Amino acid sequence: MTSLPITIDSVSKAYGSYVALDDVSLDIQAGEFLTLLGPSGSGKTTLLMALAGFVRPDSGKLLLGDRDITRLAPNKRDIGIVFQNYALFPHMNVLANVAYPLALRKTPRAEARQRALATLARVKLDGLAERNIAALSGGQRQRVALARAIVFEPRVMLMDEPLSALDKNLRETMQYEIRRLHDDLGITTIYVTHDQREALIMSDRIAVMNSGRIQQIDTPQRIYDRPSTRFVAEFMGEANIVAPGSVRRIDGAEASGETLMIRAESFHLDAELVGADGVALEGTLRAKAFRGENWLLTLALDGGQEVLVCIPAALAGGCAELAAGQRMTAYAPAAKVHAIPGALA
Amino acid sequence: MTATVDPALLADARRERRFFLSLSLPALFIVGLAAILPILWIIRQSFLTTGGEYTVGNYAKVLSSGLTWSALVTTLELSLGTLAICIVLGTPLALALASARPRVANLLMAFVMLPLWTAILVRTYGWLVLLRRDGLVNAALTGSGLTAEPLPLVYNFTGTLIGMVHYMLPIFLLPVYAAMRDIDPNLVRAAASMGATLGQVIRTVIMPLSAGGIFSGSVIVLIYSIGFFITPAVLGGGKVNPLSTRIERALSTFQDWGSASVLGILLLVLMALIGVMLLAARRLLAQDAVAAAHA
Repeated sequence: MTSLPITIDSVSKAYGSYVALDDVSLDIQAGEFLTLLGPSGSGKTTLLMALAGFVRPDSGKLLLGDRDITRLAPNKRDIGIVFQNYALFPHMNVLANVAYPLALRKTPRAEARQRALATLARVKLDGLAERNIAALSGGQRQRVALARAIVFEPRVMLMDEPLSALDKNLRETMQYEIRRLHDDLGITTIYVTHDQREALIMSDRIAVMNSGRIQQIDTPQRIYDRPSTRFVAEFMGEANIVAPGSVRRIDGAEASGETLMIRAESFHLDAELVGADGVALEGTLRAKAFRGENWLLTLALDGGQEVLVCIPAALAGGCAELAAGQRMTAYAPAAKVHAIPGALA
Repeated sequence: MTATVDPALLADARRERRFFLSLSLPALFIVGLAAILPILWIIRQSFLTTGGEYTVGNYAKVLSSGLTWSALVTTLELSLGTLAICIVLGTPLALALASARPRVANLLMAFVMLPLWTAILVRTYGWLVLLRRDGLVNAALTGSGLTAEPLPLVYNFTGTLIGMVHYMLPIFLLPVYAAMRDIDPNLVRAAASMGATLGQVIRTVIMPLSAGGIFSGSVIVLIYSIGFFITPAVLGGGKVNPLSTRIERALSTFQDWGSASVLGILLLVLMALIGVMLLAARRLLAQDAVAAAHA
């Protein structure tokens, strides 16, 4: 199947005085896996539903390839959708659910059946074709929803928090499987989630949204390491935003005058592990917590600001003996210290 | 290792169950008193002469009378006609209500429910005012030149049907509306995203999923309309005589408890038959639902 690029051009949508989408523009390449990431109310689902045709934008354009779909009816868009609650038809069995889009397209019954079965095999549901929806587990329903969304070979796939109802282990398995399915089919996919780990694991690019705007769009690594705003920095993980005055260079050189972002896990307690161009933060240990794979230390800098320091358990030989109130220094390598342009925004 | 169950805890559980079962006793008592006893009494009456002796003559008399069978036909025509019109008018209305925004839906629902808050006699005479020869409807029709002569809208089958539909429509609507409102809007969206037109969505998703509500509504409409008395009596003008008016006449004109009881039993049997037929229809519908997706 040929997948298509998507262009979102200055799309806005307001509900009364509440602005759900504020002049959003976004280009998604053909075959790309793009994630819309943001907290609830950030506009990510509204944007997805606008693409699907269930939300009518107030202004702006939506293009599928070079075709304007802004005013096209949802059933003419040829977009596969996986809904958050799966939206499987409870009055049809698994096979009928998956064959439904083919039946709508007047596919001959035998061919529809054969294609539906092949798609079910693809999502590892062989043998469950005759089951009732009510008799399926959450993970199986998820797979039926996937099969139903891809069986008619749509040119674009939209997924609205498809894994949020699954338990943690199953969610992780499905993350890899959905990504693998995407790679096999090469279908342009827009994926909505509020789980930053999920976004990092699955995406080619992530668009971080907040208050109806796209804050930053980039590869997972750059979004994580080089956030362009304080919101992105803090949403993506345990980030410390440090004022220029609280940091000194290890080699004594003049420290940068900018506001810095240092991730909690970038710190070491041993200056040897950090280059001479790294930075040092001094303060008093406020609290410590053992989290299994790491220790989380809360350090109160002399200026009063609190900094989170995360030390992998394998490297944290002395952490258990640390006592609250004790003076200590945390070090971070220069490569992990990122100046935020719009830090106070 | 199985732990032995503490008999005191077991007794507690049993006591709790018994308490909740006992809550249904008042209702059971009333049903027994107000429904089952009279039915038994009617059955007994149907086998007694006016003198109080045992007979099957009442059955012979009623079942051999042409009036009984024409009343039966009228009853069926009225109730099935009412049901058909309720389904045709009520199902789209329920769909409109279920897909309207909540505030609009509530307002429309209030209008639909208004008739239910008015006494049936008042409503029936209301229709009389509207539908008779010099009534509002005919005045409008002849006044605007749409018809040269006033239409015979009342004191006949048409008038009775109009009155019955007016009474039954809200009652039919409620379960259908409830079933449709319970349909996950994402199912409709999902169907549309896969290419279904509005008609296909209605046929393959909405109708199968609200079949239960339509079924319940139909049962209520049939059971009510089989026994309808006031509306045929007032709006039928003596020309529309279902079983209910026959029973009334047997009692008030002839004091013939025997015949009235036989007619009453006929009504009961009719309801039971229709109930069985509807259940069978529902089973068929359920089987069709899966196949319908492929139709």
